[in-house]
Amino acid sequence: MGVDLNHYNFAATSSFNPVETSKPGIYACGLLQGPKDIPLSVMEASAAAGAAASRLAGSRHTLIKEKTFPEERDVSAEEPRIGVFVCHCGVNISSVVRVPEVVEYAKTLPNVVFVQDNLFSCSTDAQAQLVDIIKQQDLNRVVISACSPRTHEPLFQETLRNSSLNKYLFEQANIRDQCSWVHAGDRDAATNKAKDLVRMAVARAALIEPLPLPSVTVNPAAMVIGGGVAGMTCARTLAQQGFKAHIVEKSDSLGGQALNLKKTWKGENIPKFLKNLVNDINRDKNIEVHLNGQVKETSGFLGNFKTTISINGDENIREIEHGVTILASGAHPIKPDEYFYGKSDRVFRWHELDEAWDTDLVKNGTSAVFIQCVGSREPQRPHCSKICCTFSVQKALELKERNPEMDVYIIYRDLRTYGEREDLYKEARAKGVIFIRFNPENKPVVEETEEGGLKVTVVDHVLQRPISLTPDFITLASAIETRGLDELAQMFKVPVSQDGFFMEVHMKLRPVDFATDGIFVCGLAHYPKPIDESIAQAQAAAARAATILAQKKIEVEGVVSTVDQSLCRGCGECVEACPYGAPELVEITEGVQVSQIQEALCKGCGACAVACPTGAAAIRHFTDHEVLTMVEAALCE
Amino acid sequence: MVTFILNGREVKAEEGTTILQVAEANNIYIPTLCNHKALEPAGLCRLCTVELFDGRRKRFVTSCNYPVWTGMEVNTDSEEVIRHRKMLIELLLARCPNNDYVNQLAEQFEVDAPRFKLDDDDCILCGLCVRVCERIGANAIDFSGRGTEMEVATPFETLAEACVACGACDFICPTGHIKLSEITDKEIRPILSEYNAGLTGRKPVYVPYAQAVPNIPAIDRSKCAHFLTGGCKICADFCPTGAIDHSQVDEEVEIEVGAIVLATGFRPFDPTQYDDYGYAKHPNVVTSVEFERILSSSGPWHGHLVRPSDEKEPKKIAWLQCVGSRDINHCDNGYCSGVCCMYAVKEAMIAKEHAKDGLDTAIFYMDMRTFGKEFEQYYNRAQEDGVRFVRSRIHSVDPVPATDNLVLGYVNEEGEAVSEEFDMVVLSVGMEAPPGVIELA
Repeated sequence: MGVDLNHYNFAATSSFNPVETSKPGIYACGLLQGPKDIPLSVMEASAAAGAAASRLAGSRHTLIKEKTFPEERDVSAEEPRIGVFVCHCGVNISSVVRVPEVVEYAKTLPNVVFVQDNLFSCSTDAQAQLVDIIKQQDLNRVVISACSPRTHEPLFQETLRNSSLNKYLFEQANIRDQCSWVHAGDRDAATNKAKDLVRMAVARAALIEPLPLPSVTVNPAAMVIGGGVAGMTCARTLAQQGFKAHIVEKSDSLGGQALNLKKTWKGENIPKFLKNLVNDINRDKNIEVHLNGQVKETSGFLGNFKTTISINGDENIREIEHGVTILASGAHPIKPDEYFYGKSDRVFRWHELDEAWDTDLVKNGTSAVFIQCVGSREPQRPHCSKICCTFSVQKALELKERNPEMDVYIIYRDLRTYGEREDLYKEARAKGVIFIRFNPENKPVVEETEEGGLKVTVVDHVLQRPISLTPDFITLASAIETRGLDELAQMFKVPVSQDGFFMEVHMKLRPVDFATDGIFVCGLAHYPKPIDESIAQAQAAAARAATILAQKKIEVEGVVSTVDQSLCRGCGECVEACPYGAPELVEITEGVQVSQIQEALCKGCGACAVACPTGAAAIRHFTDHEVLTMVEAALCE
Repeated sequence: MVTFILNGREVKAEEGTTILQVAEANNIYIPTLCNHKALEPAGLCRLCTVELFDGRRKRFVTSCNYPVWTGMEVNTDSEEVIRHRKMLIELLLARCPNNDYVNQLAEQFEVDAPRFKLDDDDCILCGLCVRVCERIGANAIDFSGRGTEMEVATPFETLAEACVACGACDFICPTGHIKLSEITDKEIRPILSEYNAGLTGRKPVYVPYAQAVPNIPAIDRSKCAHFLTGGCKICADFCPTGAIDHSQVDEEVEIEVGAIVLATGFRPFDPTQYDDYGYAKHPNVVTSVEFERILSSSGPWHGHLVRPSDEKEPKKIAWLQCVGSRDINHCDNGYCSGVCCMYAVKEAMIAKEHAKDGLDTAIFYMDMRTFGKEFEQYYNRAQEDGVRFVRSRIHSVDPVPATDNLVLGYVNEEGEAVSEEFDMVVLSVGMEAPPGVIELA
């Protein structure tokens, strides 16, 4: 194919185009490009799709075969005919729960006309069989007793649609997580609980009703919060695919943390790359940049967001409509309060070393020390900042290259030059950089000498005794953390992890998506990462966003709240309770206000139904009657 | 269509079918020893003999190869038929008095001690082996000799060159008489399951794993007897839907595209070349991929934590990190594979969960590289849960005599030489560029 490989036979790529091979139009992702784990592989897969799509934007929507479903059957006049399918999940369920017993039990339940067990209900052949059985047995409700609806409900619902049933005529009993997994030691209890759950599911299934499948139009524009490398890459990838992108940057210039960087670990020139990228962004007609911008408020939903931003304080307020949102708000190195940082001008943070690179102190020094894990992997900040080991090793090498006589020490806990970065570590050892390991109980001690110099004392792991170093300067691998993320998180209703980074839906399955539809994450705001991984993630976020922007209309969840306006007294409790801003008060006649649900905003959480004092607000598919019937079924034998 | 009387009841059958087939279709049991769905009927064992009335007289025919015709009357369990069967079994029991299978038959047919002179054979001359070998296309064995001298043998009773070591004769023999080692000296190697990392076997016709996409059996042409000999095709006879077509050939398809994404993945490092770790010699030294299968509920032991040598639950397991990574002595993989630290911690944690009564886990490492999102917290949790982390590169793994255990020699962080015994050792193998990547590139 004419694709270059590196010396380890992995596809050779540049840090700035991490999924592009040496041959234009051919992309590489996953292990082929270098050793990596599943989350990054999945990200890169999306990134490769995004990069390829940018190239192919012109032929979008050609060669497309649209998925169609058979016409929905009207079951409103029919008595419930419930089919129950009990899954073995290989041996996941059946090694604990006695599946045949559950099958026999299900046959005795009211309205159940068909019961069957499956080895894997989710397998392709079982799905095809399910369609046949629904038709043959004339089922109008389906209960699957298997795993978690969180992962498998959409699949089974699609199967229902394939057999002419409304997808909401489905109920799932989770007898794996809730029975075989948690009661692995007690087969009787697990089997009995499985029967209880099936009985509850069947009781509710008899009551559930078909719901409409609403769809909304999509505004083909993206809002990218953050004008760093991740934000810009994401915007550029989308713009190349023909979508409009707004970048909102808090500061007065684009670039983010990359402005502090000189070289990637492979030695590529970052300022030059950044300059080109900023130029591309400024030239692109599809991209609008809002510098000194601040998000004030945001509302709306998948395909139709509305965000208010202020530019240069409150002097210029703009309202922007967009179909998707990408959060790329970045992160910062901390200011350490240890190791004499801030007290001696000979102690740098990692990027400050670059700034001081040509000063006499650094240029003519005879001894340099790097201290790793400053503020990272500590009880108050347990995460590893990921990039610092590579950075320090690289800088140590550069110091040695410039002045081979300089004594360079790296004081570390575990050296984490992962992947092919290990080559740098090997080279550093070969070139005489000295690595001294410390334990967190025995951290190095930095003191100022009487002459104003520095003294570092650390227990050497080989000699097993304290040694003293007197470096000319010290570089601290200061931890990377986010600032002000909570405010954004609250505004966009997305979660933040304990470490203070944005939390994706699923580390492996959906590494750049949030649970809130239409909102994505990339860059340092997700977790500390080197520039190549930030770029791949930004391309991935763009690819995922494009799956929405490329559609004219998009189907949204039908499980939403409703308000019985004859019961509503317009108190506004539901408006207060809703975290998504779905209910609003409208005046139906003069002086009479009632609540009304904007269905596209509703996430179906039911908070309004709980808050409503009169019982006017209710959530479809989980009506009081349905839920209480389940409770009754749970308590009866 | 043929109409006749079977055990007093009128039945209909297709022209050309045998009495045995019609009986089976009508849920009437006729015992047989030499009949097999994949093979032509031979009428050798005579056990399927039934009584036939042709309108004039009564006779006895073997039901397996007697085609039905209109007007006949068949009785499968008359007194005479049953007496006949008992006699046959008695004769077989006299021939093979020490064979388990024949003794079971005797019990089934209520035959006690035979009245005839006892022999000590274990072949009942059913000929299943000979006919299946013919069907496979190898023709490595046949009947030789006549009358009482008849036996199953290879040509000139020497090892058969024609044998393809498929094992069908051994598989089909009901008495255990056939031993492949007496037929061929070709190496008999099980086909290892790729899905279970070679811990179990698989067949030449196989579904790669449960829930494979598509979930349809594939034929491994490098192992299938048909593609080796041109014969067999037995699977096609058994397939009820006629889905098997051996004549299919690979097609070359040309597709025009605007972009190509290469995602061909990796190959786990093969530690066979590490002599010091004894992976090739000791069954209880496994790779992390094999251990992953051992922990899996769809693996060879359904997720029960046992070690390969004796299928007993291990009490102590060691993980050795950086096998095939950060190593330019045994291999050229100077890089860090970036995932092994995390998966070793995970395997240790899950193994602890799966172990019924306590498990000692130790991870031997150079640097713990838990650099991903929330990885460090997981590492901390593992330390709290008692997974031992020992900073040491293990130089050798040695067997402990008279046990299946292994002993590791290492220097601990205090600088002392320690030797510690483990029930099982897991090699955390790194990742390499997949084979063929250079040609592809």
